[in-house]
Amino acid sequence: MKRDGVGKLALGFATGLAFGWLLERSRACRHEAMAGQLRGDDSRVARLMITASAVGSVATLALHQAGRVELSPKPLRLGGVVGGGLLFGAGMSLLGHCPGTSLAAVGEGNVDAFFGVLGMLAGAGAFVVTHDRIEPLLRRGDFGAPTLPELTHAPAWPFTSLLAAAAVGSTRLERAAPPMPEVS
Amino acid sequence: MLISGRPIGVTGAFESTAALALEPFAPAAVARHVEAGGEEPRVGWETALVAGLLGGSFLASRLSGGRAPRGNPIRWRRRFGSRRAPRLAVAFLGGAVLMYGARAAGGCTSGHGISGTMQLAASSLLFVPIIFAAGAVTSRALYGRSP
Repeated sequence: MKRDGVGKLALGFATGLAFGWLLERSRACRHEAMAGQLRGDDSRVARLMITASAVGSVATLALHQAGRVELSPKPLRLGGVVGGGLLFGAGMSLLGHCPGTSLAAVGEGNVDAFFGVLGMLAGAGAFVVTHDRIEPLLRRGDFGAPTLPELTHAPAWPFTSLLAAAAVGSTRLERAAPPMPEVS
Repeated sequence: MLISGRPIGVTGAFESTAALALEPFAPAAVARHVEAGGEEPRVGWETALVAGLLGGSFLASRLSGGRAPRGNPIRWRRRFGSRRAPRLAVAFLGGAVLMYGARAAGGCTSGHGISGTMQLAASSLLFVPIIFAAGAVTSRALYGRSP
């Protein structure tokens, strides 16, 4: 069996611990958070995502410009990203969690999320078995793996600034729409 | 990502774990999957991340006394009632559809949504609006007009 070195696994585990802790404490792993987000009356998930992304973007930009970190953008293949995104969004709505928050919910003892994770394993198995047949479909509209600055021939800082501004702006959302109570 | 030098992603581990589990039964299919550019069967960094995520959430909920709500979620209960079997079946189905989509797109809410967008990856900035739009349409169909 192939496996990464112990140091790398330990680092992964430690990162996971921090991530799981954060998702549990933020309550983003509750069904209400995701279901409410998708019905437009809870903004926890969007706020958590945009804040994490903005903080990460500022740090990534700085480290990248200092030559300390390599970017690894995922490939822009329209077939895969659009088709997969549509399936992903629909599944996320049915389950009421995304993959990360499902695992965090299982850690809290959530039975629904446990069934969701079993479904995820089945879905991953189905993907492995059908992968070679759908790969040509996924590769439709292959643009390599560009970042937005590369695609638009613009510097990165305006986009990063926009993300940061959106993250700051998103803190006002909660006051506008306080979350729904979890029990009735 | 900054600590590990690798983007955080949750669903890659499911793919490599599924490949690992299927390898003894369908070695040819797994080989074709790897050939097509898929994750190879292995226990990797992301698998440890998934284990840590479960552990981190477990510890946080234990130490804070916060436990997962029992029974059907309130939104579901209002629309479909308290029977558990339909809800758990839909949770399983949702998980399966979501994971198939994530692996087709090459990432999920963390891999694309956070690690990808922070790098301003074009694929990720396209993925995020698509998943929220598809999710909003599905939720509207599922739960109706009322919030």
